[in-house]
Order: sequence, then structure tokens, then C-alpha cells
Amino acid sequence: MQEQKLQSLEIHEHVIEAAKRLEMGRREFLQFCTAMAATLGLPAGAEAAVAEAVAVKKRPSVIWLHFQECTGCTESMLRAEHPTIEKLILDVISLDYHETLFAAAGHQIEAAKQAAMKANKGQYLLVVEGAIPTKDGGIYCKVGGKTAIDIVKECATDAAAIIAIGSCASWGGMPSTDPNPTGAVGVNKIIDKPVVTIPGCPPNPYNFLSTVVHFLTFGQLPPVDELGRPKFAYSRLVHENCERRAHFDAGRFAMEFGDEGHRKGYCLYKLGCKGPETYANCPTILFGDAGAGTWPVACGHPCIGCTEQGVGFQKPIHQTAKVMTYAPPASFPRIVEEQGKGASLGAAAVLAAVAGAAAGAGAMVAKNLGLSHAAEEAEKAKQSSEQKPAEKV
Amino acid sequence: MTSRRNFLKGTLAGGAAAAAVSVSVSGPACARDNNPQPEGALGLLYDATLCVGCKACVAACKEVNGNPAEFSTPEQLWDTPLDTTAKTFNVIKMFRSGTMETKDDPDNGYAFMKTSCLHCNDPSCVSACPVSAMTKDPVTGIVGYDADACIGCRYCVAACPFGIPKYDYSSATGKIGKCELCRHRLPEGKYAACAEVCPTGATLYGKVSDLKAEAERRLSLKPGTKTVFQRGQLGGKDQSYENVVGHYVQHVYGEKEVGGTQVIKLSAVPFEKVGHKPLPERSASSKSETLQHTLYGGLVMPLAVLGVMTYFAKRNVKPDDDEL
Repeated sequence: MQEQKLQSLEIHEHVIEAAKRLEMGRREFLQFCTAMAATLGLPAGAEAAVAEAVAVKKRPSVIWLHFQECTGCTESMLRAEHPTIEKLILDVISLDYHETLFAAAGHQIEAAKQAAMKANKGQYLLVVEGAIPTKDGGIYCKVGGKTAIDIVKECATDAAAIIAIGSCASWGGMPSTDPNPTGAVGVNKIIDKPVVTIPGCPPNPYNFLSTVVHFLTFGQLPPVDELGRPKFAYSRLVHENCERRAHFDAGRFAMEFGDEGHRKGYCLYKLGCKGPETYANCPTILFGDAGAGTWPVACGHPCIGCTEQGVGFQKPIHQTAKVMTYAPPASFPRIVEEQGKGASLGAAAVLAAVAGAAAGAGAMVAKNLGLSHAAEEAEKAKQSSEQKPAEKV
Repeated sequence: MTSRRNFLKGTLAGGAAAAAVSVSVSGPACARDNNPQPEGALGLLYDATLCVGCKACVAACKEVNGNPAEFSTPEQLWDTPLDTTAKTFNVIKMFRSGTMETKDDPDNGYAFMKTSCLHCNDPSCVSACPVSAMTKDPVTGIVGYDADACIGCRYCVAACPFGIPKYDYSSATGKIGKCELCRHRLPEGKYAACAEVCPTGATLYGKVSDLKAEAERRLSLKPGTKTVFQRGQLGGKDQSYENVVGHYVQHVYGEKEVGGTQVIKLSAVPFEKVGHKPLPERSASSKSETLQHTLYGGLVMPLAVLGVMTYFAKRNVKPDDDEL
């Protein structure tokens, strides 16, 4: 029935219109919506709601800020192909301020930002890319004469929701690496409002897009963990769904780059893979949108833990990871394992009955043996007494 | 009837018994010591603080020894042995306490412990074996097992203080299964598979003297600091890496227990809690062998017993002739 609902949507005028707008086939558009719903882990039928939301609802205004970063998150978004992300960024959402993508510059773009904030007060999405320097009054990153701290605070005040894209905005990322000369921190350290963080360097664009589509479809951001990461994307360790996991379990490891184990696709743990301590969905939706089977571990390089604070850019790339899989632990025998069971009542009763019967039978046999012996003796005595008188005679 | 001749016979037997007793009493004065560790003894160092519980050693052990998976769950999907068996020579067990939040914490924590043969310097199983199916290699010190010599008496099963040798009751011919430190791989230039595959060096292979020095080094370091740990074989190919020093209990298990073992262990959780009870420093086999070899030395005890038995037999015999 759900399938029928989605199929009937295919001829829906809004869907036709949306597909045309996104320069996609109608079916391709619906496939995209289904994929979004699946990435979000939504139940069956939600893809129809997603399709409807994307096709019909008013595009949310998005203000995208850049601070201490390399624009890698934006670049990675631009290279997504299903569908081309610039279509989505321009048509699914209304991108009202983005320093990389905007043709305008200087006062013109700053004015556009102010206008968008005013027009969509309390309704726009604030996306932050890059860490925020706090040292020396935050003077190490300024846009239009204002420090990053001031800009974030100003834009966050009237935002409907705030999304931190990339590890820099999520927890400081690369700029916060020791000795952290600029005092770089994540967005959630600057403002008090809840921030959805999409860490990664860069994060998978679909994790970001799914979060936006969730907001569009349900009017709220998806459920997040204690670090503000959407649970649909960051609730599992890379290690848990890794395609090389079987090799880890069997103790088959690549020992150095290019050795036999490495060429055979063995586990990269000994080369410093941070998969066992990094929460991300890279093994399931892969990295970026670079093609089939493409993510760092599949390419033969250990995971560097880019999404995880304290791991990515902090631990040396080839340092062995702390394995988090068994916390809390499962499926190990205890130190003392009770094995075997005592006899059940029924079994004991049957056994007792058999033993009793055997004992009884034995007793009877013994008794009869004695009787027959006595009878034989009596017989012999009788015979001999019969014979003796005969002899005498 | 008691003839003079019989009386003299009885006296002679009694005297022999008394002599035997006096010999046995003077015996323990020349008790044998714990057997020393062979010079080139090979072994393992298991560091529970490094173990991540991946069970790669369990899988590798099964593979190189040709052992099948064993199941303890109804679905029978994964190799889930609960303890060492005739077909499982190595198991990673888990200590659980309270909420099991932190690793290597005795309270509300958890810890791993490897369970496999410790290759005692003076093994009880070798001592108990009546047919020398259990042997201690004079060079490597590996406690090996020869199924062809074994008569299936299972004395070794009862003798081992760690409960390691296990009897295969499912087989018609039956045999013992236990870790032999991959001695079948040594001629190929390979070493213990469990150490070879261990990703963190929690199981480290090498000469016991080197392993002991490494264990002492780890115990002397400040917990929480970083140090370089070897992986695979100590003194073999360099696979070292940096890791955090665990909060060790200041004790090398197997250094002195039952006369020392060739597999030594470090742990952050008291050894008693991870199934390694305190054991005397004197090996059980040195005690039992001292006793037994004294009693049976020069067939003294059998002769004495025979004498005593003969005496009582003679005393109680009533010659048939007397009845007539």
C-alpha cells in the first residue's frame, strides 16, 4: 500500500513540478526522497511525506556562515551527484547567504544577510561551517569587521534551528588541534541554543541534507545524541559496520602499506585505523559521493576518526585506536562459568524407580536362587536316603 | 596353632615393615625442589590492560590447531566456548562487576582474561601422567601431549591446578586437548598464533626471561603515562606502538605460582577476581613426587606392605592339619 501511495505520487502535479524544477525524472525524484527517508531511518511510508514536503512546502531560508575552515564541507556538498547538490541547495532550500556560492560581495552580501534574517525571523536555518576563535577577543577571524563570535551570536538569536556542519564547527576540528593558537571552539561553546552537529572532515553531504529534509518534513530537527549529533548517522561505530570487520575478528591484519594483507583487504587496525573509536555512518553510506565502494577504509587507508573529538587531528594517524566495541561488554564467557545442570526432579524419580525395580528384582532372584538350591539339596537328600536302604538291603 | 617357626616368620616381616617406615620418615629430608625453568624457555606475556577482547587469538588458535567451532548459544552461529575444552585451547573470559562502565576497574568495571595452558616450570600434568604422554620439552619448556602414548586415564585433568587439560568425551578413542604453544609451528619458523594475531600486543610471545623483564618494566612505569609496547614476538619483527600504561596490580602472575610458569600475566584487576587464585610457590608435583619417590624408592613401601600383609595372613591362617 505504501508503495502504491508513492507510485500514485509519481503523477501528482506537485511532484512533476518539483522534478522538473530539480531537473530530474519524476521517478528519480521519488527515489531521492526514498533514499533520504532511508538514510534517516524513517519507517515505511515516510518517503511519501518526504516527497510531499520537498515538492510542496516552502523552501526554508538558510544562512550559511564560514569561519575557521577550508570550505571542504561546501566543496564536498557541491560534488554530491544524486541529485546534483547545487540544484538542491538552490531549489530545496533557499540559500540566502553563502560566502563561497554567492556572486555578490562586500556590503551587498552583508545587506542580503540582514534582509534575509529580517524577512525570515525565527524561521531560517543557520548553518555554521568552521571553528570559532575565542582567544584575544576572537580577533583571529573577522568578516565585515565583525568577529566570528559576534556574527554567530547575532545570527543565532532569531534562527529556527542551528546546524554545525563539519568537525570544525562541531567541536573545533583541525583549528583546535594543539597548541590551538587561536582558541578555536565549536559553535555550541559560543551560543546557548541547541546545535545539531554534523561532524566529519568533510561530513557526508547526505547526513546534512537528511537533517535539512527532516526539518522540512516534520518541522523539527532529527533526534540527536548528547553531543548534538543526529542519531541516524552517528549512533554506530565505524568499526561496527566496517566491511573489513570479519578480518579484525579473525585476527587478519595489514601490517604495513602494500604488504600481502593490505593487498588482500585485511583489517587496518594495526595501521592505526580509528574505526573502533569513531562514531559515523561512513561504512553504510560511504564517504562523500565519490562512487561505489569509496570511503577511506575501502580505499586501503585507516580511518583517521575525523568526526570524533579527541581522536581526529588529535591522535597520530597511525596510533592504535581504543576499541569501544565491547563497552558495555557482551558475549564473553564469565570468569567462572557454571556448566551443566543437576538432575531434574523427573529424571531423578525415573532413575530411582529403575534402581528400585532392579534392587527388588535382584532380591527376588537371590531369594529364588536360595530356594532352588535348598530344593536341590532336599532332592539329593531324598535320593540318597532312598538309595542307602537299598544298599543295606 | 602357633609354632616357633611361624612366630619367627612374623617377627621378620614386622621388622621389615618397621624398617620401611623408618626409611619413609627420613625421606622428606631429601625432598626434591621445584624443577627449574629450562634455559631457552618460550612463553607468553598476557597483559590484560592491553586486551581489547577482539578474540582474534581464539579464532587463530582454532585455525592453526584445526579445531571446530563450539557453541553455547541455542542459535549455534558463532564460536562461543565457555571454557577451555578438548577442542578449545584458548578462551578470552570476562570479569564483570556492577555497571561494567570502565575497563580494568574492579568496581563497576570489566576486564578480560586469557585462559589457556600456562606451561608450568614443574607441571603437575607431566608428573601425574603414568605413561609420559604429557612431556615437558627440555629446551623450550613447552608442555606437550602425545595422543599415541595416552591411555586416557585423565590424571592430568585432575592434576592441573588451572583446570587446563580437557578430555574429549565425544570421541570414541578419546584424547586430551590443551595448548602446546604452537610447537607444531616452530619448525616452520612461526610462533604462537595467538600472539601473532594479537592487534595490541596483549599476548606477546618470546623467551620467558625477556618477557619477565618486559613485565617488570611495565610494572615500574607510572600508570596513565605512555610507553612503547611490542606486538607479536618480543625480539622479532618490530611492530611496536605507543599506548597507555595500565593501572597494574603489582604482581606478575606465574612468576612464582606453583614453581613458576612460562605464560606470565599482568592485570589491573586483582588476580583472584579474574580466576587466578593464589597458589603456593612450591609445585604440587615436587611435593607429591618427593612423597611417592620416597615411599616407592627401592620398592621399600611395597615390600613393607607385603611384609605386614604376610604377617597378618600368617597369623590368621589356621592350618587344615590342625582340624584332623
